[in-house]
Amino acid sequence: MTLFPAAPGLILNEPLLWEKGKRGRCGISIPARDVEPCPLEEDLLGDAPDFPDLSEVDVVRHYTRLSQWNFGVDSGTYPLGSCTMKYNPKINDTMASLPGFAAAHPLLPESLVQGGLRLMHELERLLAEITGLDAVTLQPAAGAQGELTGMLMIYAYHANKGSRRSKIIVPDTAHGTNPASAALCGFQPLKVKSNEQGILSPETIAEVMDEDVAGIMVTNPNTLGLFEENMREIADIVHRKDGLVYCDGANMNAVMGIVHLGCMGVDILHLNLHKTFSTPHGGGGPGSGPVCVSKHLEPFLPVPRVIEEQGRYRLSEAFPRSIGKVHAFHGNFGIMVRAYSYILSMGPELKTASRLAVLNANYVKESLKGVFHLPYDRPCMHECVFSDELQKDLKVTTLDMAKRLMDYGFHPPTVYFPLVVPGAIMIEPPETESKEDVDLLIEAMKAIAREARENPDLLRTAPHLCKVTRLDEVEAARHPCLTG
Amino acid sequence: MRYLPHTAEDVAAMLDVIAAGSIDELFSTVPDSCRRAGPLKLAEPMTEWELSTHLSALAAKMAVCPDYQVFMGAGSYEHHIPATVLHLLGRSEFVTSYTPYQPEISQGTLQAMYEYQTLVARLLGMEVANASLYDGASALAEALLMAIRITGGKRVAVSRVIHPSYRRVAQTYLTPGGFDIIELPYRADGRTDLSPLDGMDGLAAVAIQSPNFFGCIEDLATAAETAHRSGALFVTAFSEPLAYGLLRNPGMQGADIVCGEGQSFGIPRSFGGPGLGMFATQMKYVRNMPGRLVGKAVDRNGKRGFVLTLSTREQHIRREKATSNICTNHSLCALNCAMYLASVGGTGLRELAALNRDKAEYLKKRLAEAGFGIRFAAPTFNEFVVEFPEGFQTTYERLLEKRIVAGLPLDCFYPELERNFLLCVTEVKTRDDMDALVREIRS
Repeated sequence: MTLFPAAPGLILNEPLLWEKGKRGRCGISIPARDVEPCPLEEDLLGDAPDFPDLSEVDVVRHYTRLSQWNFGVDSGTYPLGSCTMKYNPKINDTMASLPGFAAAHPLLPESLVQGGLRLMHELERLLAEITGLDAVTLQPAAGAQGELTGMLMIYAYHANKGSRRSKIIVPDTAHGTNPASAALCGFQPLKVKSNEQGILSPETIAEVMDEDVAGIMVTNPNTLGLFEENMREIADIVHRKDGLVYCDGANMNAVMGIVHLGCMGVDILHLNLHKTFSTPHGGGGPGSGPVCVSKHLEPFLPVPRVIEEQGRYRLSEAFPRSIGKVHAFHGNFGIMVRAYSYILSMGPELKTASRLAVLNANYVKESLKGVFHLPYDRPCMHECVFSDELQKDLKVTTLDMAKRLMDYGFHPPTVYFPLVVPGAIMIEPPETESKEDVDLLIEAMKAIAREARENPDLLRTAPHLCKVTRLDEVEAARHPCLTG
Repeated sequence: MRYLPHTAEDVAAMLDVIAAGSIDELFSTVPDSCRRAGPLKLAEPMTEWELSTHLSALAAKMAVCPDYQVFMGAGSYEHHIPATVLHLLGRSEFVTSYTPYQPEISQGTLQAMYEYQTLVARLLGMEVANASLYDGASALAEALLMAIRITGGKRVAVSRVIHPSYRRVAQTYLTPGGFDIIELPYRADGRTDLSPLDGMDGLAAVAIQSPNFFGCIEDLATAAETAHRSGALFVTAFSEPLAYGLLRNPGMQGADIVCGEGQSFGIPRSFGGPGLGMFATQMKYVRNMPGRLVGKAVDRNGKRGFVLTLSTREQHIRREKATSNICTNHSLCALNCAMYLASVGGTGLRELAALNRDKAEYLKKRLAEAGFGIRFAAPTFNEFVVEFPEGFQTTYERLLEKRIVAGLPLDCFYPELERNFLLCVTEVKTRDDMDALVREIRS
């Protein structure tokens, strides 16, 4: 009998913050008053905020209990496709919390922040080397803001030539952020279909590429976990009409040390430091979405840029064609420290990480082929996409199986994405998952497929071991209660 | 490598199942045209202690307290962070999870975000707050875009005393859409001059920051009336939310959208990021709001739980028609903020805010007594502008050598404010620290 990670156990209840506490308690030490009070005019004053007063112990227990209702990479395997839930090394957090970094004010004179500026400059060079592109901005706070930065640069590139193009080519496999980012820049996304192999055909692109198309947004490897093999030809087609090639680098974890984005014909790429470069996902951020570009787009990068001159670092605004600023300060520096630490800890082993991520995904794909429907049976990159096609007759859905996986002690995969696969189950087993852990996941998935045949109600009513059973999301949206 | 668990034996066994001869074979779909010519030119991996030595050396080249006395705010504030907050925030069930798409296994994050939304809404006097945006700057940009969506207006009026970086980011976001930003100047007392709004129409939003970049507390109620008269939504921004422990909140004064930076609430300054984009509005506008929202739900047994909700506004559902492109937000910073606010409490926040105000007033008074000009007469919270005499730059440099940063020179943001410095005092500065600053400036 296999011992799966999940086990029933004691879960502690915890009320909402304002359902506990007592007026007059305080959970922090407030410095003694050493100056006279100087009250504000009455008409400016408000009432004290209606917050509960809690003791230090109240607060500690509250959040400790809440944390125990959560599941993270440190709890177990988290095969959430497209999100690269790899292990987040602890040393990186320690480095980011060094007082020199954590307590630094962003507007200090340059002479007082040389360490931080140097770190940023070196991280830019490291990312340039890893991607094969020429120049980098670290300002974007997340992948989607990186996409927006890229779209703004495409807009600026054409505007600089006195032209205004209205469309961006976006494949049907793209993340939702792609069309949303394009639309924010006033571009109309032009949806193109991937072929029966799950990738883009050069002919499809050639058909739609014209002088009104500003560029193309491609995720490579794409969201089916497949490498866009025709990337170079597609780039040539787009470039011939003076369009630009934007690559969504969300899936960079598959190809570090293997591909060269410059050779691939990519002009602009964003990275997710919280995916490929191991920084924690934090329950939904903060991330960091650096943008790497080829030489001819460097003038459009956001300002200020970090400049190095004979071992001294300064910030420069002297880029008149820049799109401007996308962050109040320099970007998510605390995340940059972690990614920098990761890259220095890994060195050339980054390539090994990608190779093992791809090995894990192909292993899962081969092991579950036949158990679940595999719509594109080709060598995959770092993730593989199945569907619930084989369970349809049993009236068991992807959602049911995803929920049931929790009862085995795993976080569910990404479900119902990409949209081109109905009932998609997108599994990404990052390189930090050992063979034993991946084997357990495979076995759990097989057990669930078996249960779908033998006891489908077990799946339809899953999960059974979590703090709550299945939540009614439809009703929650119909009558939203967003504050207490 | 300690993060990579595969042994040679594991690799062989896995390749066997895949029926591949080598890992290289798995990359057969990557054509030569896309491959790099040589290996990665990266230094050999550092050991944990080499890394620690290297980064400690870099961190040592950063000016921070207690070595340095920094009297600078301007959107990044030095407040005491309770040890409990740092400890609780380190709980890896929070840190190493992702967006709670699967609510049953993410109730910790979800309840915490519901609590965060509630605390923010209460602080700002608004009906609903989202689960965070990136920072104060992108929050302002999103607020203006939201007002444009709601009203159909093509231009916005933005106070010149909103944080200059926030305005620049808003400019970046609004440029491609062809939306105009009209700048409202500031008056002699440091508050926004609303007179250009008279008779102006077609405005989507009027945006004012309070306390503004000069630290001055704005008359939001009057600004709201003026904005609404012109058919615009009233957007208020902030960079120092602690002020609302004391001040009348924006909701009470007619704000339609409130946005700002939450770093003050227990988040390390971290050289400017990650911070916290706070964002709140009224329920009637919720479907136009950017960002994730957590709502209350019940499970099959009628038990209370929480889920991400109203996602049809968001990019993963609505794609190019979404209210924003945001996906990853600043969830952990929102949690950080909630932990801080829970620790401080309502009574504590009031006391802390008053202390900030009183300490800043003390320094303001001492500097005025020493003969330096307090540039603006409007009341302030914990920041204010001082006009120093000719030649002060030398004094500023001398103070830097003594490890005192005497505020932020304003001339790079406002060329007309030569010799004007923005100074900030929070609860962490003692009377002795402030007396020492005045003494050093005068000597």
